[in-house]
Amino acid sequence: MMNGISDTIAPNSSPSVLLDVKGLRKFFPIKKGFLQKTVGHVRAVDDVTFHINQGETLSLVGESGCGKTTTSRCILRAIDPSAGQAFFKAENGKTIDIASLPRRELTPLRRQMQMIFQDPFASLNPRMTLLDIVGEPLLIHGEKNAQKRADRVAELLRMVGLRPEFLRRYPHAFSGGQRQRIGIARALALNPRLVVADEPVSALDVSVQAQILNLLLELQEKLGLTYLFVAHDLSVVRHISERVAVMYVGRIVEMAPTADLFSLPRHPYTEALLSAVPKPDPRLRSERIILQGDVADPSNPPKGCYFNPRCKYATDVCREQTPIQEEIAPQHYVSCHRAKELSLIGVAK
Amino acid sequence: MRATTMETLPLLSVDNLKTYFFQDEGTVKAVDGAGFDVFPGKTLGIVGESGCGKSVTTMSILRLIEKPGRIVAGRVVLRLANGKEVDLTSLHPDGEEIRSIRGAEIGLVFQEPMTSFSPVHTIGDQLTEAIRLHSKANKREAHALGIEALRNVGIPNPERRIDQYSFQMSGGLRQRAMIAVALSCNPRLLIADEPTTALDVTTQAQILDLMRDLQNKKGMAIMLITHNLGVIAEMADDVVVMYLGRVVEKGPVDAIFHNPKHPYTRALLDSIPNINAQTRVKLPTITGSIPHPYARPRGCPFYPRCPRFMPGTCDKEEPVLTSVGDRQEASCFLYQEGRDR
Repeated sequence: MMNGISDTIAPNSSPSVLLDVKGLRKFFPIKKGFLQKTVGHVRAVDDVTFHINQGETLSLVGESGCGKTTTSRCILRAIDPSAGQAFFKAENGKTIDIASLPRRELTPLRRQMQMIFQDPFASLNPRMTLLDIVGEPLLIHGEKNAQKRADRVAELLRMVGLRPEFLRRYPHAFSGGQRQRIGIARALALNPRLVVADEPVSALDVSVQAQILNLLLELQEKLGLTYLFVAHDLSVVRHISERVAVMYVGRIVEMAPTADLFSLPRHPYTEALLSAVPKPDPRLRSERIILQGDVADPSNPPKGCYFNPRCKYATDVCREQTPIQEEIAPQHYVSCHRAKELSLIGVAK
Repeated sequence: MRATTMETLPLLSVDNLKTYFFQDEGTVKAVDGAGFDVFPGKTLGIVGESGCGKSVTTMSILRLIEKPGRIVAGRVVLRLANGKEVDLTSLHPDGEEIRSIRGAEIGLVFQEPMTSFSPVHTIGDQLTEAIRLHSKANKREAHALGIEALRNVGIPNPERRIDQYSFQMSGGLRQRAMIAVALSCNPRLLIADEPTTALDVTTQAQILDLMRDLQNKKGMAIMLITHNLGVIAEMADDVVVMYLGRVVEKGPVDAIFHNPKHPYTRALLDSIPNINAQTRVKLPTITGSIPHPYARPRGCPFYPRCPRFMPGTCDKEEPVLTSVGDRQEASCFLYQEGRDR
């Protein structure tokens, strides 16, 4: 993919790039039989290339099973990628390939990359107080002084809009939105440079979603955070991100600045996704593009473009050849054979 | 939404429904005086956040409330095909009569297609069970009807699919199968409780399209329960907005979205990220969160979070639904008679 770029594996040297992912792959083996022989692979992430600038928000969107979460977990090295590089610019200015770093050398880098989880109920230990939950990363990374930890936790709680008096309480005393704030405080405890937020608002009530989105924007401004935002809700993605990468069956099919992607999509899959989102206005009921069939099986993807069986614009070439990603407009990357000739419909500005 | 303004009579009328859960820690008033009408061939959207009582309302209608829950007041009147009216709250919850209504008169589609199918029975078994329960069809006829039902909801290869288990299907197919089961006995009312919440947007679009299509063909009424305002805007003819067990506003879909009256409806609409909106701007929010069901505020349930809270009124007295427009009602002291402010 990424013609001409993935050949050169040197990291992007532009000073503002925080994370530069090149040709990332994660294949999960399918094992069968008594001897557990590998009979195939689920190509969860299949040659994914993107970068994130410092202080920027990049969103990965796509349907379930498209590999967006696996991508983010490979970058954090929660799982080990099968191939590819992820160059991370560390605090000391050095650029390190985290995809291939041995586990032991990874530990000091972990404090610079943190994660906010989807489910605020499952991601907080019910037997730990807020002090323990938010203070744990501090303890692990060497803050042995209990008073200093408590002070820092109180400061973090204030920062995410919770009262410092809550320190000794347990998670069950808090609502979903408050719990998500606790999760955010924990992620920020070590002053990370990169925050991976995996569906941080999808488990929340509508009225609380907006509070958490505002908080994320506010914290980014205040602390200069860089977000990798993983989500399936396009309205939320439009709201929070500067750039968006659309994934389909393990690949990035389109990546562009948010406004461009939403108003002028260049990939038929993006067009269909945008069209499928129910708009909260009964006067906008219109003919929508209904995609037929299901998402391709990542262990047995179709020949040619993975999207071709569901694509209404597909031609013979789409069924035969894998499209190559190209920059069709500044910062606007798309992998579609017909990207130049199609004029697709986005959503209004 | 009174019958007087509509030519047809409502198929289902819920009136002052109260379902409480009596627990050691206190009483949870899950539904506290909800009322609305569902008209034949129309879609009623019920919208609200978690804890607003939308699911308990459906369970109450079908008499599926289990202990320690109980319907303590209200009427749920279903108008049968022969014109007879039945108050469902008066029936025995395990009795012959309600069982002949569940499935046959009222079909139900749940949120989670994975957990609501039995994993040890084939789709066909579960489909034909409903058919055979409510008709005189024998095994073979039921099997044929089952295949037909699967075909009607757009499942490819129904002859093969009918012998599969739910875990062999994708989320979208499973939800289609669920709709097939719900519609297998041609109910006149389909209750869909968050039917697309667990699905991806593209699959959601397919399922909503299917439901609309089937409604046009069969003329059934749909009661659509969801927290997703986009889905409501897309599907509903009339909308009921619930908050903490109460109906705070109801009216035609256009009025609810373009001329909302209740501060909660307004705040809810303002706070959702809109796909057509500007990027990276602050959203207006509703302060605080939904109160815990044991700590339900006195007076109007929304007053602690309300931007137009009037001390001395909202926290003391309980507002009632008042007409605020053509077929539109809101339960708020801003619109209560003699209190024009």
